[in-house]
Amino acid sequence: MKELLLLKYAPEIFLKGLNRNTFEKKLKNNIDNALKGLDYEYVTDSGRTLLYSENFNEIIDRLKKVFGITEICIVTQVEADMDSIKAQAFKEVNDSFCSTFKIETNRANKKFVLNSMEVSRAVGEYVLNNVDGISVDIHNPKCVVNVEIREKAYVYSKRIKAQGGLPYGINGSTFLMLSGGIDSPVAGYLMARRGVDISCVYYHSHPYTSERAKEKVKELARILKEYTGHMKLCVVPFTDIQMQIMEKCREDELTIIMRRFMMRIACALAEKYGVNSVTTGESIGQVASQTMESLVVSDSVSDRPVFRPLVSMDKTDIMSLSRQIGTYETSILPYEDCCTIFVPKHPKTKPKLSDIEASEAALDIDNLVMQAMETTEIFFL
Amino acid sequence: MEVYFDNSATTKPYDEVIDTMAEIMRNYYGNPSSAHSLGLMAEKKLNEAREAIAKTLNVSASEIVFTSGGSESNNFLLTGFVKEGAHVITTKTEHPSVLNTCMEMEGRGVEVTYLNVDNEGKIDLNELEKSINKNTQLVSIMHVNNETGIIQDIEAIGKLIKEKSSRAKFHVDAVQSYGKLNINIQSSGIDLLSASAHKIHGPRGAGIAYIRKGLTPKPLIYGGGQEKRLRSGTENLAAYAGFAKAVEIIYKNREKNFEHVLNIKKHFLNSIASMKGIKINGQHINDFSPYILSISFIGVRGEVLLHMLEAESVFVSTGSACAARDTKDSYVLKAIGLKNEEIKGTIRFSFSEFNTFSEVDKAINALSKCLKFLRRG
Repeated sequence: MKELLLLKYAPEIFLKGLNRNTFEKKLKNNIDNALKGLDYEYVTDSGRTLLYSENFNEIIDRLKKVFGITEICIVTQVEADMDSIKAQAFKEVNDSFCSTFKIETNRANKKFVLNSMEVSRAVGEYVLNNVDGISVDIHNPKCVVNVEIREKAYVYSKRIKAQGGLPYGINGSTFLMLSGGIDSPVAGYLMARRGVDISCVYYHSHPYTSERAKEKVKELARILKEYTGHMKLCVVPFTDIQMQIMEKCREDELTIIMRRFMMRIACALAEKYGVNSVTTGESIGQVASQTMESLVVSDSVSDRPVFRPLVSMDKTDIMSLSRQIGTYETSILPYEDCCTIFVPKHPKTKPKLSDIEASEAALDIDNLVMQAMETTEIFFL
Repeated sequence: MEVYFDNSATTKPYDEVIDTMAEIMRNYYGNPSSAHSLGLMAEKKLNEAREAIAKTLNVSASEIVFTSGGSESNNFLLTGFVKEGAHVITTKTEHPSVLNTCMEMEGRGVEVTYLNVDNEGKIDLNELEKSINKNTQLVSIMHVNNETGIIQDIEAIGKLIKEKSSRAKFHVDAVQSYGKLNINIQSSGIDLLSASAHKIHGPRGAGIAYIRKGLTPKPLIYGGGQEKRLRSGTENLAAYAGFAKAVEIIYKNREKNFEHVLNIKKHFLNSIASMKGIKINGQHINDFSPYILSISFIGVRGEVLLHMLEAESVFVSTGSACAARDTKDSYVLKAIGLKNEEIKGTIRFSFSEFNTFSEVDKAINALSKCLKFLRRG
């Protein structure tokens, strides 16, 4: 008798037809990556792969952050005979202190003499007769005991909810524009959960924004790394560009022109590192610069898809997700970022592309972008 | 040249303080409570430190309890004297270590009155008088405000409290005034007082609670019964000795320092007088501590200006250092009626005896350069 972990994969993975193998392989890879440094081994039993370790706590904590796993079950492996199965099922129900239960059986080993209905019935009867004050409820049980019969039998009732999503790194790559705020880390998390490989870009306006603001963004990227396993952060010196815009452009166009530069640089970085797309934390109408018109104007300098996973979300929902993934406490540290230091009194909310392009004519765009790229600092967190 | 104008956050320790602490750690490492001679030597040093500090306040050594600093002293003196169902009076502009303690006590059935302040930050004595009732156990008012530098007339306040109630105790948070301004415990009717070492070139992690003879608070820390059972825990002797050394130096020069810092502040104010778009939060120079100068730069973000000044090696703070990690606007500046825009652009310059006129000149130069840029010429 020993305890093992049974990992339930996202059902989506099984719908991938011929690509299913690739998805499973990637997921296995990601699991090994997440568990690096820990002692564990895989146990296979007629097609099922389970995980064995002396100490599960740390392993479970890390697996909870691996995309593609929906559930982690703590199973007990016993001999495939009715007495052993009954004894373990009794223990599971008894330890759970629940008032109602049901048994669900899956018989993969067809040589086993009883069929699954018969196993459930026999085990259920045994439990019912031996646990005090318990009753069966097949529709809404407080405790569900699963019995899986293969070479050995596996009995379990403890299930831990995991992230779901798709294996990280299976769905292309993106450059996430990471600010110090609440939204962008959440946007990055949502993309990563769909299997998209994330790198981050942060625009640093030294000396107007502090070293603490930079450290804060590094910390946010580090938290995202707990889900993705690795993380590249590009810190782009942005002050010169902001100064030029300040000097040469109209005050109310500051923000939108700045956004366009951020987009240009993100795209250039994507080009340089072979990344497919750009992701931002924008949500429609949240601030003056996040109107439909502004998004059109900033997207027009992008030569690749720009993803905005939060576009239709309310601020309160974004905040609760941010708490859930662990970035909120860091995000609310109050340092100024490049978007807050020079805020026009009345930023344009409905900019027109032709106007903005005319204003930008005063700037040496290519040169500014090139300089920013050349002085970009890269961190592998 | 590094210009340090953030002395209300913390000060640079005197070299003598550092030497004293090293010497104590090297040679007087015994536990003052130990029975052997090393313990006795340490105990003597501890008593010397207590005596030195007591002398500056003109009180007896037995009335001084060593703590870890201003926040602990404030917590200790408030919670130690206030019983459930009692009434406490304080102001809307106290330090968080007082305000948060009051709010915590409110949750445990203590009634708290938060006095308003006028547009300079002073409380209204009439409002105080009306607030005192037979249930009032404690009045806690800070001497010098840490954000604006306003000086409360603690002598008048103390007299008023004593006239109105024989029961109410008067606590003064003197963290920003001890060692800088004159404090007369007797004539001000002060029963309880908090002070801190690191605001006067002493070490961090050391403070005192003055407790008038005959009063016994409930301890904040229970344990081995050190500090007359009021504050358990092995004494941080090196820090207390360093504190005493700082006090010795600063009290020798207190009036001279005051004059010097006042001149620094006046020079600052004169140099900035013609600057446009600023609001000095403290027009009547005599009502404010010369050590603190709060200025709102209209249309500018305080943090941005702070970092620009930092790039010029001028170190200042927005509001108070304690609030730098808080997302909310300063409640102190709100209480004195500043507009949001003014609050966001407020910088606190806080001085020490080490500052010079040329440092002020350098800061003013940096300031006008930064402002010119931020306001686009």
